[in-house]
Amino acid sequence: MKACLTFFRMRLKSGLQYRTAAWAGIVTQFFWGFMEIRLYYAFYEASPERFPMTFAQLTSYVWLRQALLALFNAWSFEMELFDMILKGDVAYELCRPASLYGMWFARSLALRISRVVLRCVPLLVVTSLLPAPWGLGGPASLSAFAAFLVSMTLSACVCVAFSLIIYFSCFFTLSSDGVRMFTLPLVELFSGALIPLPFMPDGLAAIVQLSPFGAMQNAPLRIYSGNITGKELALVLALQLFWLMALCVIGYAMQRQGLRRLCVQGG
Amino acid sequence: MIQVEHLCKTYRVARRDGGLWHAVKALGKRETHEVRALDDLSFTIGDGEIVGYIGVNGAGKSTTIKVLSGILVPDSGTCLVDGRVPWKERKAHAAEIGVVFGQRSQLWWDVPVADSYDLLREIYRMDPVRYRRNLEEMTELLDLGELLRTPARQLSLGQRMRCEIAASMLHDPKVLFLDEPTIGLDAVSKLAVRGFIHRMNAERGTTVILTTHDMQDIEALATRILLIGHGKLLLDGTFEDVRAADPAAHSLDELAAALYARYGM
Repeated sequence: MKACLTFFRMRLKSGLQYRTAAWAGIVTQFFWGFMEIRLYYAFYEASPERFPMTFAQLTSYVWLRQALLALFNAWSFEMELFDMILKGDVAYELCRPASLYGMWFARSLALRISRVVLRCVPLLVVTSLLPAPWGLGGPASLSAFAAFLVSMTLSACVCVAFSLIIYFSCFFTLSSDGVRMFTLPLVELFSGALIPLPFMPDGLAAIVQLSPFGAMQNAPLRIYSGNITGKELALVLALQLFWLMALCVIGYAMQRQGLRRLCVQGG
Repeated sequence: MIQVEHLCKTYRVARRDGGLWHAVKALGKRETHEVRALDDLSFTIGDGEIVGYIGVNGAGKSTTIKVLSGILVPDSGTCLVDGRVPWKERKAHAAEIGVVFGQRSQLWWDVPVADSYDLLREIYRMDPVRYRRNLEEMTELLDLGELLRTPARQLSLGQRMRCEIAASMLHDPKVLFLDEPTIGLDAVSKLAVRGFIHRMNAERGTTVILTTHDMQDIEALATRILLIGHGKLLLDGTFEDVRAADPAAHSLDELAAALYARYGM
């Protein structure tokens, strides 16, 4: 926990050095969200009764997702960590009196949090000032907001646990490209980053919701606007917790196995 | 105290002849070849020694360091560092040792060195008073002053290596493993590094195990020399024993070459 805080400070400091990147990101995310909402509005106008969410729920979903993009996105890998495994600098990590898994978990989580802290405020402020139903609405209720906070935390941790599995896959393959190319589109599609899961065909949506991808951003973004409530909410939170633990166990096992067959080459 | 007994470590290396046909053939069946990096290696190192660990490229030096620092698990044999088996009690062991890999970096690329040190302080859970005292001492000895405020990416190799070595000594390790710490450094930085190692050994009684290809490092620092080749211990002695390999050698490099030739490397 304390290590996470230190990494967080470290990340915040280095993140602050890249101000232009942060501003460019904010502009892109704003623009993207706006285009997407226009697009969905066209669908909505055509047949509101076939729209699986209310329009206000959708705009909140899109704006929240844009604001929290860095927390949940699938592609925010640290190239350094891949390089550490592939080039052997992981040797230094193994000379530390801490578990590799714990350190990298803290580090990845800190990276996501620091990025989101630097970027979310302008987006949240501006979009919540937009007139309803175009802007980011308030949470459905106080309890929905509380559940959203819990779910957001779980979701970020699930994303981190998932990314660690991708990192550790490098112990077994000599390049991370293949695994990344294969998993990124899957995560993008099934976590609700491209389209909210309710817009998917019913059968598919039901399966995806049970998968680890459904435990990513899909959950908190829909909980916020009251699209998931009651019994379903309890189930979704339980699933998130389950997948978090499962992914951690898998990642940890891969790390153990990887270190056993490790040979740090060269030198 | 470091005790190494009958350590063995084998790597598998895939081999094939060059050329397309052989590449295609290798798709079906790969010819693997075993390389014995450590072959029944045994030695004991007492507290406070500075041991120069030498041998040609590929002799098994780095492998030994990696086993002793808990990174690699050997195939067989035992090894105790201050009563601990490194790869079995990795975390407890790691807190007591410092490691410098001359060809790798432990500093964060894009933040000032001082921030990397802060992170290490947290990871090693160092006592703040002791940390500050150590940092001040290192800053003085290695002339780090302004470097601490510079991002690692903007340091020269010599500056960076001074920062790396300080990073490995901040937590008062009892044993310091240096794997080619002076590689690529200019004369000034080399002297600074050597002076620092001497000082740490004299004042703190730090045991130092140093691998290097720079015989001047060995001559200047090592109180004892271990020569390793093909994973076996070939010589355990002092610089005088090494000198005896070719008393007429004009340079230290010639001496080293004569030494290696004598042991069939």
